[in-house]
Amino acid sequence: MSSLAIDKAGPTRKVKYGSMSRDRIWAMRWSYVFLTIFAIFSLVPPIYMLITSLKSSAEISAATNPWWVFHPTLSNYVELLGSNQFLRFFWNSAVVAVIVVTITMLISVPAAFALSRMKFWGSVTLATGVFLTYLIPDTLLFIPLFKMFAVLGEWTGIQLVNKWYVLLFLYPTLTVPFCTWIMIGYFASIPKELDEAAIIDGASWFQTLTRIFIPVALPGLIAATIFAFTVSWAQFLYPLVFTTSTDQLVMPVGIITTLVKGDVFNWGQIMTGALLGAAPPLLIYAFLMDYYIAGLTAGATKG
Amino acid sequence: MAEVSLRKVVKRYDDVEAVRGIDLDIADHEFVVLVGPSGCGKSTTLRMIAGLEDITDGDITIGGDVVNDVPPKDRDIAMVFQNYARYPHMTVAENMSFGLRLKRYPKAEIKSRVAEAARMLDISDLIDRKPKQLSGGQRQRVAMGRAIVRHPKVFLFDEPLSNLDAKLRVQMRIEIKKVHQKVRTTTVYVTHDQVEAMTLADRVVVMNKGKIEQIGTPNELYHNPATRFVAGFIGSPAMNFVPCRIEEAAGKLNLRLTDGLTFPVPPTRAARYQNAPRNERLLLGIRPEHLTAANGLAAPGVESFETVLDVTEPMGMETLVYFTLEGTQICGRVDPGAGARDGAPLRMAVDLNNMHLLNEGTGAVL
Repeated sequence: MSSLAIDKAGPTRKVKYGSMSRDRIWAMRWSYVFLTIFAIFSLVPPIYMLITSLKSSAEISAATNPWWVFHPTLSNYVELLGSNQFLRFFWNSAVVAVIVVTITMLISVPAAFALSRMKFWGSVTLATGVFLTYLIPDTLLFIPLFKMFAVLGEWTGIQLVNKWYVLLFLYPTLTVPFCTWIMIGYFASIPKELDEAAIIDGASWFQTLTRIFIPVALPGLIAATIFAFTVSWAQFLYPLVFTTSTDQLVMPVGIITTLVKGDVFNWGQIMTGALLGAAPPLLIYAFLMDYYIAGLTAGATKG
Repeated sequence: MAEVSLRKVVKRYDDVEAVRGIDLDIADHEFVVLVGPSGCGKSTTLRMIAGLEDITDGDITIGGDVVNDVPPKDRDIAMVFQNYARYPHMTVAENMSFGLRLKRYPKAEIKSRVAEAARMLDISDLIDRKPKQLSGGQRQRVAMGRAIVRHPKVFLFDEPLSNLDAKLRVQMRIEIKKVHQKVRTTTVYVTHDQVEAMTLADRVVVMNKGKIEQIGTPNELYHNPATRFVAGFIGSPAMNFVPCRIEEAAGKLNLRLTDGLTFPVPPTRAARYQNAPRNERLLLGIRPEHLTAANGLAAPGVESFETVLDVTEPMGMETLVYFTLEGTQICGRVDPGAGARDGAPLRMAVDLNNMHLLNEGTGAVL
């Protein structure tokens, strides 16, 4: 019956040659439409920041066209880069980020290796637990954490609150669980025969980790590093709560607390500071982007 | 070089017994193949010899030393895996020398050993490549090279050819045999492929359900299987099993298949079956090559009968024919010139000098 229907329809129906490619063309058009919208959406804020950073305070408050610079000036940059305070924020941020990344990697890589490869009692529960800790928002945690450090200070006399290095204890609570999770997934995609071969070749667990797993999982490692760096570079809540003296501040909080005085917003310098602050992650992303994407997708495709 | 012994070795996972107390003695220089269907415990046995699995009970000795609690790296063994056991970030040479470098061998020695193994395996010009740039066969050679350079006491192979295509598998099989002829290292080889087992082994160990069914040379297993499992597992196409009875008339033994088919048991076999139970259901085991087209010539112990073929499979050098006896599908191998056609009648000859009788219940070969 059905073949009869097709025969009937056959001669009257126009055959659309190349309909496949026409579909493709429309798909392309739509994707360009959405990509354009997305590009505008994500590029407007940084462009606005760049434009504003090139204006003088007078021009900003003169309410001229906000999308054009009539008297471009680098005075904001000169002032910020010439200010010891700003350089101090930048330095604090960099030191914190580098140390936090190091701590994170030193903890999460061996942890992930142990959780994914050494099947010990409770390892599965522990792996799930690690991920669950990541789901607790920092807005919930900062009060008990603050209390903890305050009590610690009272009991032992070790004052960590309002010192930049308190962040070295705080940030890993955000970075370690997620990085461990990424690395567990990545290590899990490495075939079991590989570590068995290494064991038979005479490698210890540590040698298996350093000489086989880390090189093989390098893209995953880089993805985790970038994540840890971004988190510690951009974290706002913890430094806002835990540090107050200007010489202890990191960049995100430093810009806000020193460039906003009461209800006076120094927009030019705020924008400049934000732009300069965004530069290091941007540079790192640009260099490691290929690895980063490979790292994020590898676990999924290799199963 | 060393001998390997297993004494009442047991492996239990929670409540599953994967290996149920096996005894096995492997002589120095010997090439032993463990073969059996998946889940028979052959891989587990190999992994216990390697030290990758703990032993639940029993003893394993390598070169006379009990190694039950010795870690894999101190057992002086090398293992070739089915797949992936190459380090993707290292070159072929680095892959092969990894074990030696961990043991801090002098550089010159490492270099000469790698070169020697590479020459033996014909991969000398690939030595600076990464595994990704190699074909399947080349990768497997690298995996073997990694084992060879270590000059271990024992080689362990875990289904090393299963990932290769049929043609390459045959080629690599020969390659493995050649390597063993050169280095003469005691070898334990696991496979599910009985052809691989037969072609490679000095002795084959047939395993089933965690136990050893039979140990013997390929020819012993083929001609004198001890159990129905071995009889059916070794040989391709597999041995035919037909229900039958042994009857005694005037002091002579007869083999009765159906009412129409009764053959005298040939003198070559009569003594062996003198004590076989009479008038009880047994199984006749006969290999396809002993079921041929009758050529009209009489030979002692060869009997002929008429049948109608169900299906024929021309293989070129021979034609496989399938017909039904006693409700059982039977396979025979006939000459391509015998005129075998689907659905056509054919006079078949059965060579009872090569018959086997099996107890249907226990599967034991009488």
